[in-house]
Amino acid sequence: MSLKVKALKKSLWVFHLSTASCNNCDIEILDLLTPRHDVERFGIVLVGSIKHADVLLVTGIVNKKCKPIVKKLYDQMPKPGFVVAVGTCSAGRGMFENTYMVDEHEPLDKVIPVDAYIPGCPPKPEAIIDGIVKLLKK
Amino acid sequence: MSHKVTIPIGPYHPLQEEPEFYKLVVDGERVVDIDVRIGWNHRGIEKLSETKSFDQSAYLVERICGICSTSHPLAYVNAVEDIDEIDIPERAAYIRTITAELERIHSHMLWLGLAGHFLGYNTVFMWAWRYREPILDILEAISGNRNNYAMMKVGGVRRDIDESEIPHYKKILNDELLPALEMFKGAVLDDPVLAARLKGVGKLTKEDAIDYSALGPTARASGYDIDVRRDEPYAAYDKIKWNVILQEEGDVFAKSVVRILEMIESAHIIIQCFDKLPRGPIDANVKQVSPGDGIGHHEAPRGEVIHIVRCDGTNRPVRHKVRAPTFMNFPSFKKTVVGETIADATIILAAIDPCYCCTERLTAVSHKDSKTIMGVQRLIHLSHHKTWDIGKAMGFSDKELIEKMGKKIE
Repeated sequence: MSLKVKALKKSLWVFHLSTASCNNCDIEILDLLTPRHDVERFGIVLVGSIKHADVLLVTGIVNKKCKPIVKKLYDQMPKPGFVVAVGTCSAGRGMFENTYMVDEHEPLDKVIPVDAYIPGCPPKPEAIIDGIVKLLKK
Repeated sequence: MSHKVTIPIGPYHPLQEEPEFYKLVVDGERVVDIDVRIGWNHRGIEKLSETKSFDQSAYLVERICGICSTSHPLAYVNAVEDIDEIDIPERAAYIRTITAELERIHSHMLWLGLAGHFLGYNTVFMWAWRYREPILDILEAISGNRNNYAMMKVGGVRRDIDESEIPHYKKILNDELLPALEMFKGAVLDDPVLAARLKGVGKLTKEDAIDYSALGPTARASGYDIDVRRDEPYAAYDKIKWNVILQEEGDVFAKSVVRILEMIESAHIIIQCFDKLPRGPIDANVKQVSPGDGIGHHEAPRGEVIHIVRCDGTNRPVRHKVRAPTFMNFPSFKKTVVGETIADATIILAAIDPCYCCTERLTAVSHKDSKTIMGVQRLIHLSHHKTWDIGKAMGFSDKELIEKMGKKIE
């Protein structure tokens, strides 16, 4: 593990990118910040700009209109950084696999490299925490 | 001398949960014009629905929007049941009402928190979301999931409510939720900070609300008395006592008041439903859907949602049309935001509780110069045009329609 990754693990700054999602995963991510789960006590903060972020959380399917933006945002992210696909849509597109709005054979992990997948529709907040912890242990 | 500047908000703006692009034209501090571009969230659900059977489509429309994940299936099953005029068992009707109202509380609570967040008042955000959790617990106990409930089914509901659990649910509602809502009512409504920020901001008059076909809390905060739960009852809404909440002012503050009072009303509806819950089957066992058109609606937390389903006798819809409430509330921005300051623009945009993933039923058609994208003006024109055509089909003359709508629509 490089020194940079070791330092990064202490306090994760997260940028949340909702591509074409149904909002469910997004509200569960916001739910993490609120009193019941309160991930801020672990130093995890949502930030407003990708240029400040260590982790990119992606929710929703990558449709034709969002694809160039997802690529652009990943390029702007400071490296090393993690990409986490939250929800079934971003992991494998689920029931939206065959719509006309997505490019065939191009789920999120063909567009940008993904480090961790958290399945579920939507994943429970506990599952998202578990996913991040597993990623950090790796 | 005026100097106009265009400020883009979005499509990926830190304040917004979802991708959306607003173009604000400002002159100094004042907003003089606004345009909205949608389509970032388009997933082609209507087309996809034509490839799924009637039972599968209920799961699909649930994923139109995570927050309205009871509203869309409920409107959809209402539409399919409308084709054959199926009567659902009474217990199923009550269970539908309970889930729909639980969802309304969680959605309004979510809005209240986000509104606080948009104002930079994070205390409201944390408190509102803390009291949202008991509601999600009840939903999880009833349906098995926190957000996508999968309760609706053509002809009934999928899961029964366990009688022995009902006292526990009622205890949560009475002991945890209602005191918290009363606290919100007192704290938010008497808060000088919120009053200073919200009163008189983003005013939508009753006339404008009617002109722009506003729906739900947006319309009710302007004194426009509209609620399909009362106007055209479905599920068990005609069997219980409840009131439609109205406010006259039309500003953002009135919209918050409507939502907070609606949550209290919803809690009372749920408690009444638990008390009256009849015993019996929960499913009418629908085997086949006959050819024909069906229209179903439901008063979602944001306004009336309409689903239209056409069936040709097979097991799939031939056409499935969805009209989400935010789509109707969008054009009212033209009246509310223009003339306000930039600082107030975000909360006014948030005040209709916009839900983009519901709205994105329409793909913007861009030509080679990529300039013809559906703007607010275009959407209003399309809506007028449709009303005109419907009026024509109903047998009104040109003159009568011009009188009603103010001008001739080409």
